[in-house]
Amino acid sequence: MTGIAAIAICEFKIALRNRWVAIAVVIMALFAAVLSAAGSAPSGELGVDKLSLTVASLTSLAVYLVPLVALLMAFDAISGEQERGTLPLLLTYPVSRLEILLGKFVAHLGTLALAIAVGYAIAALAALAFDGEAVQGLPALARLYLTSLLLGAAFLGLGYAISAVAARPGAAAGAAIAAWLMLIVLYDLALLAGVVADDGGAFTRSVFPWLLLANPADAFRLYNLAASEGTSAATGLGGAAQTISPGLALVSVAAWSVIAIGLAAAAFRSVKP
Amino acid sequence: MPTLTLSQVTKSFRDQRALSDVTLSVDAGERVALLGHNGAGKSTLMKIVLGLIAADSGTIAILGSPQGSPAARRATSYLPENVAFHPALTGLEQLRLYLRLRGEPVGQAVDLLERVGLGAAGRRRIGGYSKGMRQRVGLAQALIGRPQLLVLDEPTSGLDPVSRRDFYSILDDLAGAGTAILLSSHALTEVEAQTDRIAILSNGLLVANDSLASLRRRAALPIQVQIATRPDAVEEVARRVAGTRVNGTRVELTCRHDNKLTRLAEVAGLGDLVEDVEIVPPSLEQIYHHFSKAGAAQ
Ligand SMILES: Nc1ncnc2c1ncn2[C@@H]1O[C@H](COP(=O)(O)OP(=O)(O)OP(=O)(O)O)[C@@H](O)[C@H]1O
Ligand SMILES: [Mg+2]
Repeated sequence: MTGIAAIAICEFKIALRNRWVAIAVVIMALFAAVLSAAGSAPSGELGVDKLSLTVASLTSLAVYLVPLVALLMAFDAISGEQERGTLPLLLTYPVSRLEILLGKFVAHLGTLALAIAVGYAIAALAALAFDGEAVQGLPALARLYLTSLLLGAAFLGLGYAISAVAARPGAAAGAAIAAWLMLIVLYDLALLAGVVADDGGAFTRSVFPWLLLANPADAFRLYNLAASEGTSAATGLGGAAQTISPGLALVSVAAWSVIAIGLAAAAFRSVKP
Repeated sequence: MPTLTLSQVTKSFRDQRALSDVTLSVDAGERVALLGHNGAGKSTLMKIVLGLIAADSGTIAILGSPQGSPAARRATSYLPENVAFHPALTGLEQLRLYLRLRGEPVGQAVDLLERVGLGAAGRRRIGGYSKGMRQRVGLAQALIGRPQLLVLDEPTSGLDPVSRRDFYSILDDLAGAGTAILLSSHALTEVEAQTDRIAILSNGLLVANDSLASLRRRAALPIQVQIATRPDAVEEVARRVAGTRVNGTRVELTCRHDNKLTRLAEVAGLGDLVEDVEIVPPSLEQIYHHFSKAGAAQ
């Protein structure tokens, strides 16, 4: 426990010093602000409060941004220690590899939590300022915030696993970007292509929903868009996706965050200092 | 029970033999110097002791616990060769991390940096430190919590002469308080004066492991006698002791350990032709060469 805290304190200091905290906060704040400005038009028409609409667009934003920022923070975690040559000394201290990993995780997740909170707060305040009914959207915003952290945790874990396997920060960075492209962009494109080609057949009805669930980013989007009916109406999510219960999607995101950290721990255990 | 024991430790990297059947122990309060050519296996031996790499065979015990176990890690401090730290942290912040990891009060960071002469630079980032300053941070972290075993890989590399002296006086204090110290070095002259025992690795073989005095006796290298003569007597002295004339007032001769006294008596017999006599025992460097050669031949 003290080992985790010691590493976390030090890593947070490094994140502050390397401007990672500032960069993450600015990125989230910037995108949230742009999004609120752009989304100010169609309010009221759908009979939904403004904050719920904001949550829907924040969800689409977070699906791209949270995994990206998490991967960028994580890729250096182990490969960087190896490259600098700081790992052997650290490993001779009375602290386990799992504790080292969890310490870094706590610091990075804390940074993400701060950045996401700032971004969402800006968007929420903008919605509340223009629409008195917007308080109705607060529960959806809270759900979005907590699941964003779970999504961030899953991609931090994935980033650590990549960092441990790649051994060099350059290779780890490349692999992290590739993972982001594959899981966030190409995965959905491939599913879409499958659905189009299948044209409402067996794939769309029985395989596609499970493939959506299997990807933490898609599960995250599913949960947040389906959790409130209003927002799913607003975004018109495909029919097949709506057959999945939001609860299952939540379980998927949560499970991925645990599995990813487990993967990272296993990968780190086999790193030779 | 010795603080550290290695018995029959063997390690190969693919077809490259790094350590062959090494048996070595270090007692509490003992300072042992590990010498050897580049690539002799010194760092490998140390990493095995710390549990960073696994030996192919053989056993290691630190106060009865296996290498790398939590108990062994708590008892041991390490200074790696080419020690590195995160460049964005200051010396103080880096030491606070290490103090926390050992469960020691973080307030000690300032004292530790003072002790290695880095008090003023503690608030600056390590990225801006010189090599010697980084080495001192490395030393400072190795002193945390009075370790029972100290493993130092080339601890004085990069240190200026004054800091080297300070460093060895810190080691004396620790050894006096019962810390077992295993250090590697290429600086033979400083090791000669500052350690209790010399272990020499040659191609992964432990070819010597004894006090300097015993190694000297076993190597039986010739002793050099330097005679300062009266300016007009140098030829005569050289002839009578069968020595070599070096310059206008100096003659040198070498003799074996067992007839040192006979030869000295001859020199004494020269009376006032001789102004001074100095006996130069074989240096650690010569002894080192003797044993490493023997190892290479095996
Ligand atoms: N990770 C490794 N992979 C392959 N070979 C290695 C590895 N580490 C060490 N070796 C080999 O093992 C041998 C011993 O290396 P080691 O680093 O222990 O030498 P050393 O005595 O510390 O040398 P130096 O005085 O240069 O520090 C060398 O032949 C080296 O090439
Ligand atoms: Mg070495």
